[in-house]
Amino acid sequence: MPESLPSFSRVDQHGWTFSFPDHPALLCFVKEDCPTCGMTMPLIEAAAVAFQGELDVLAIGQDAAGNARLLERHKLNVPMIDDSDLKLSYAFNVEIVPTVVLADAGGAQLRRFEGFDKSDWQSVISEAAHLAGGPELRIDWSAYPQSRPGCGSKSVEPGVAERLAAEASGSPLRARQIELGAEEDPFEFMFERGLTDGLPVIPPTPERVMRMLAGTRRDSQEVIATVPPNLAPLTIEKVAANAVMAGCRPEYLPVVIAVLEAVCTDEFNIHGVMATTAGATPTIVVNGPIRHRLGMNMKIGVLGSGNRANATIGRAVKLALRNVGGARPGEIERTALGGPGKYTACYPEWEERSPWEPLHVERGFRREDSVVTVFGLEPAPRLIVDQLSRTAHALAGSLGMALESCWHPKLHAYGEILLVISPEHADTIARDGWSKAQVRNRIQEASARPIRELLPGIDAGEGMALRHFGLANPTAEQLEQRIPKFRKAENINIMVAGGEAGKFSSVFGGWFSGPMGSISVSRKIEEVP
Amino acid sequence: MTRIVDPTDERAPLSRTLAQRPRELRGVAALLDIAKPRGDVLLDRIEQRLAERAPGITLKRYRKPTFAKPAPDDLRRRIAEESDFVIEALAD
Repeated sequence: MPESLPSFSRVDQHGWTFSFPDHPALLCFVKEDCPTCGMTMPLIEAAAVAFQGELDVLAIGQDAAGNARLLERHKLNVPMIDDSDLKLSYAFNVEIVPTVVLADAGGAQLRRFEGFDKSDWQSVISEAAHLAGGPELRIDWSAYPQSRPGCGSKSVEPGVAERLAAEASGSPLRARQIELGAEEDPFEFMFERGLTDGLPVIPPTPERVMRMLAGTRRDSQEVIATVPPNLAPLTIEKVAANAVMAGCRPEYLPVVIAVLEAVCTDEFNIHGVMATTAGATPTIVVNGPIRHRLGMNMKIGVLGSGNRANATIGRAVKLALRNVGGARPGEIERTALGGPGKYTACYPEWEERSPWEPLHVERGFRREDSVVTVFGLEPAPRLIVDQLSRTAHALAGSLGMALESCWHPKLHAYGEILLVISPEHADTIARDGWSKAQVRNRIQEASARPIRELLPGIDAGEGMALRHFGLANPTAEQLEQRIPKFRKAENINIMVAGGEAGKFSSVFGGWFSGPMGSISVSRKIEEVP
Repeated sequence: MTRIVDPTDERAPLSRTLAQRPRELRGVAALLDIAKPRGDVLLDRIEQRLAERAPGITLKRYRKPTFAKPAPDDLRRRIAEESDFVIEALAD
């Protein structure tokens, strides 16, 4: 069954209106600076003259000034349709000029070819003559080469294709669009509208959002989450707009989507994480092959600046939460102090350098899966120095002592943290063949303190009341009971990352974790080949 | 001309709404001379007419350093703090 073509109605250079479909038609898409188009123009003219009144022969030119020059240069009268807005070229899916389309009176495509090919032209002219009731064309075919390649259509030039797709009736963009004044600086506009995190953002033009959407196969209008505090629906299109602003490349988009899906779950409780006066932020760990595909930095300076994927994925998440969810600092985001992680906090694990299973495998995924895990943690890591321990026992003991200071040394029964162990520290532990479970147990052992040391006191008012331990009138022996820092050893989440020189590790302290606060969530990232 | 895809939940209206118009002329009216020639003549006349027709308001005169540039921030802030209305004279 012949393909049905888009309909249109346009006026030519003489002021005649041509509607398609109406008569049978021969549509020839051309542009002036294409030599093959120039060579083809006399043929188009000859067909137009021969078939006049029976079959519409239209030259459809891709730029207004060039169209006029093309007619002038070849002294032509063929109806020339101005397609400088490229809407017809886009609608007809023209990638090469010339593209020649023969259609019947009902608008069904009978023949189509690109570039110049003598036998294609001979066939199309004979078929057109048949449709037009049999007029003869005298063409000196010996004047034409056997074939010539065409040129790229203007409608597929970089940036243009995305604009046309954004403007087409089937565009995946449905969000409100804001038109800026001619003199308005788009970067300043983004600040004035309160859309940034304080750093400049890339204005999310329809073309850029279209390019971003190419990073996922999911429908642009799919609602992936309802984002507190506004409880606003978050579509893939809105994620893409915020990812553009953050500076993401399209291939990062599936990671941003997976993170937003993960944080907008009941377990993660993004409302609490964003609103708390204590100051937490969605802290993202990326595992699996995608780390390499996106060129993420898991080595020197992993928790710092300098890598586009690390920096912009976390930032896109925060911008979407701010702009769609409405979590703006000073409004619903009410941290007393905050921290740099409030801009972005996204880190890949250096799985290949780790003596243990990577984080996502521990959490039930396959090693070849690409996975994000989000934690509601303090918005900055803190360094733990240990340059002298030479055994796993000593080093894990050191880590335990340092971790006790999370929140406050007297606050035990603590929730989830993220411990980032550097390669040198991992090597020290691996030399003794210790598992992650052994490291966790040693941390619990080294950080445990008797209850009497955890009670609020005169010298340090913070602490845990007796009722936390189910005690009212404790005996001296009961007060000696040692309480580990963490409610359970599994709350110590461990990953390996960082530069290969330096006996340092880092910890992201926790927030209220558990069902009353935030529980870490892992989510598989969409595979886009 | 730039268009952007709205990255928000689209709650806020796109165009700014005008401040609510007061029902009566009371308080302080700023008369801002933008420093165009003869703007002062126009403002003198307006000041005279307002004094006759709206005796309840206090009039304060301000002047921009040059008509070619927007009013300096501190002048704008001063006008906003000190007055309830602004009448700006263009003249020429």
